[in-house]
Amino acid sequence: MIRFLSSLILLLTLAVSGHAQGGADPRPLIDALGKANFKQAEELLGQIAATGDARVAPALEAFAAGDLYARKSDGAVFIAKPAGKNFKLIDPLSGEEVEEAGKGAVAKIKINNNLRRVIRSTLGGLTLLSPDRATRLRAAEAVMRSPSAENLELIEAALEKESDGAVKARMEQARAVSLLASDRGVEEKRAAIDTIRSLGGRPAIAILMTAAPAVDPALKEDLNHAIRQLESNLAAWDVAQNVWYGLSLGSVLLLAAIGLAITFGVMGIINMAHGEMVMIGAYSTFVVQQLIRTNAPQLFDWSLLIAVPVAFLVTGIVGLVIERGVIRFLYGRPLETLLATWGISLILQQSVRSIFGPTNQEVGNPSWMSGSFPLGGMTVTWNRMWIILFSISIFLALLALMKKSSFGLQMRAVTQNRRMASSMGIRTPWVDALTFALGSGIAGIAGVALSQIDNVSPNLGQAYIIDSFMVVVFGGVGNLWGTLVGALSLGVLNKFLEPSVGAVLGKILVLVLIILFIQKRPRGLFALKGRAVEA
Amino acid sequence: MIFKTRFTGALLGAILSTTALQGAMADDDTIKIGVLHSLSGTMAISETTLKDAVLMLVEEQNKKGGVLGKKLEAVVVDPASDWPLFAEKARQLIAQDKVAAVFGCWTSSSRKSVLPVFEELNSILFYPVQYEGEESSRNIFYTGAAPNQQAIPAVDYLANVEGVERWVLAGTDYVYPQTTNKILKAYLMSKGVAEEDIMINYTPFGHSDWQTIVTDIKNFGSAGKKTAVVSTINGDANVPFYKELANQGIKAEDIPVVAFSVGEEELAGLDTEPLVGHLAAWNYFQSVDTETNAEFIETWHAFTGDAERVTNDPMEATYIGFNAWVKAVEAAGTTDTDAVLDTIIGVSVPNLTGGYSTVMPNHHITKPVLIGEIQADGQFEVVQETPAVVGDEWSDYLPDSKDLIADWRKPMECGNFNVATGKCGGKGS
Repeated sequence: MIRFLSSLILLLTLAVSGHAQGGADPRPLIDALGKANFKQAEELLGQIAATGDARVAPALEAFAAGDLYARKSDGAVFIAKPAGKNFKLIDPLSGEEVEEAGKGAVAKIKINNNLRRVIRSTLGGLTLLSPDRATRLRAAEAVMRSPSAENLELIEAALEKESDGAVKARMEQARAVSLLASDRGVEEKRAAIDTIRSLGGRPAIAILMTAAPAVDPALKEDLNHAIRQLESNLAAWDVAQNVWYGLSLGSVLLLAAIGLAITFGVMGIINMAHGEMVMIGAYSTFVVQQLIRTNAPQLFDWSLLIAVPVAFLVTGIVGLVIERGVIRFLYGRPLETLLATWGISLILQQSVRSIFGPTNQEVGNPSWMSGSFPLGGMTVTWNRMWIILFSISIFLALLALMKKSSFGLQMRAVTQNRRMASSMGIRTPWVDALTFALGSGIAGIAGVALSQIDNVSPNLGQAYIIDSFMVVVFGGVGNLWGTLVGALSLGVLNKFLEPSVGAVLGKILVLVLIILFIQKRPRGLFALKGRAVEA
Repeated sequence: MIFKTRFTGALLGAILSTTALQGAMADDDTIKIGVLHSLSGTMAISETTLKDAVLMLVEEQNKKGGVLGKKLEAVVVDPASDWPLFAEKARQLIAQDKVAAVFGCWTSSSRKSVLPVFEELNSILFYPVQYEGEESSRNIFYTGAAPNQQAIPAVDYLANVEGVERWVLAGTDYVYPQTTNKILKAYLMSKGVAEEDIMINYTPFGHSDWQTIVTDIKNFGSAGKKTAVVSTINGDANVPFYKELANQGIKAEDIPVVAFSVGEEELAGLDTEPLVGHLAAWNYFQSVDTETNAEFIETWHAFTGDAERVTNDPMEATYIGFNAWVKAVEAAGTTDTDAVLDTIIGVSVPNLTGGYSTVMPNHHITKPVLIGEIQADGQFEVVQETPAVVGDEWSDYLPDSKDLIADWRKPMECGNFNVATGKCGGKGS
């Protein structure tokens, strides 16, 4: 109770002194954060902002990141960086290291979303005049995301001094956003609406809609007009966005199906363990990342590239063993093959579950696979873009292998006429084994990519097995191009249905359409013709 | 699907018959309890942990001398994430293995499947997972959260603290999210939220392509009102959902997501750095700083031999249910179902968050509601904690069930008493 009272008194005195003199020392305010609850902290942040002291920026950044700690012995507040089992305590204002303290000697200052928002806007206001260009740009963006009239003067002052073109443009927009929230004149606000409109896209609509309820009646028409215009621009982009999402879903389907296009499409094996090959590929990625994390963390960004050959080899060898051990005894008996491979899939799942445990494993995204960039009116995420490029290049590489290499020639010869190929001196059992290993290896590579967007759990493969068969059958068994076109068109179709009928119904509709399509064309989009088919 | 199930069944039958044999050989000086959690199939990811938790509790209890002077013995079966198989396995546990009580089930579908078996053979089930409510059986104790112990306080937090006015209710397409969303929608509208400010979206199990839906959420959130997502997305679908949120740059400060099915276990497969600030509502977090919790975590790590294994809310619910059962059996002096059902009501046992949980006459328990924010280390930090709340079996916000109450004490002994008509036997069974 006494502690509470004293902190209350402390707060009150601070409130008074904070308002009385603009350039007060921010240190007592920062120290007071250690005892404040969420509401008091918000008030303290307001006072810290009022000091206008840019030195507090690192402390606020640390607060937002949850790195601000209070020392239990005297209540002093520090930025804490983990150092082994201890924390390195850093002075919040000077940035000097003070001491190392055990984890028990300090208490974390709690933060919630509300405070993070306040900090973002405060930091924006405080760092507008920073000498660093990137910091100023970030500051302008922060101001733009949390419109408030208080920031208007700050940003106008900053605008006058700004010389960098890009930063200036961003600041103009931030000024317009803050201006709409202020009580400036109608004409100025009208100009601000125009500036925001030129920003374009969803963010602009969001800003204008936020301002809408409080806006001057005289401006209502301008505002609505601007919103309508922005929305009609977006309609075209929405179509582009849907196509992009469709291609992206299609590329995932292609990745999952392309290995099956070889084992099922070319060799005719109903391979129910295909999904598990994808899963093993994903776990290989996990193991590679684990090794890199413990042995060579600086290589982390390369982990996926390293995982690709590893996954290919691991799953290829597993595939080879399965073919030599089980499938070669079952050629020409599709039902038994189906049962046997399905049994294998259960065995593989359960072994992975026993080795790695039933829970998800964390596969990290390298920095070049994270985040997104705007492209006109749509957002493109990096991981999806790389996956599209990756699956297309796998497809092209496979195509080249099939058409240009002697192994590809033998492979095609064996599938088209086994006895003839055998008479020509091709060792057909080995071609079978290597083809199956190739298909499995490619499924493993797909696993590397899928580990970036899906769970890495023993069930990973199950989610893709049905889709994979769907794509191969739809595209036409035995035809690689069919798999490509099939995967991409199913993806796009799915993504165009989804916004209007929802994900659940969309999936059902796609299945129904495929069933109808197969009734009409049993051999799929690109049917193989010729003697091989009849045989 | 049926074909697949049969095959799994046959495969597991072979494994299980060995377990059953072990059970049959046990001598009479033990009390047997059943563990009915999936160890294979899609739910294994969540349920295996609970099986381990029960085994740990049994081991700890035996170290303390067992119950009524007898050692406890756990009989583990694997219903393989297959709802009808749950009923078969429950029957086997009760009729053949003669277990005194069963700890098990995760999904509502599995609970609905075993309910008639427990009522017919008069045994006891402790169900440890948050669920949609709208049920109260004489033979089941619901130690997880009812909607008023999780969903409604979470929505209140968003509305009051974060000032949310526009809501996306996103869920997996099955009974728990559907019912919870129905209750939430009715609740929000009773608080004056307009219908056009609520967007409801369902996705299939294991949905992995969230691009369109995350974009929809972003667009829905750009209407000038503070927007939040209330997620009842289940299991495997969460990881791709959060990855897409992070990649599309939806920050918790802009559109916070509060989840009811995402705990420490689910976050273990994710890089949580970009997710800091998104929320979850539970009755327990591993990060809760109490002595009982520290002890529990230590025992758990020692039992599993893995210092990285996380603990989660359903484990705490299992812990409470187990201890309540032990206490009731000791009070009754027997494991006889009717005697235990009688003594267990009103039993209070410590929970892991520093308070007590009491078994109420409606077979639900009291528990505090914690709202936590995701941290960069995959743990949650509590930002709000309510006092203990009594689980409300029949929602007050659904027109069909607002007049219903459950009270299993004599003389009422009714799971769906209608206070308006004064009769037992309203909606449901």
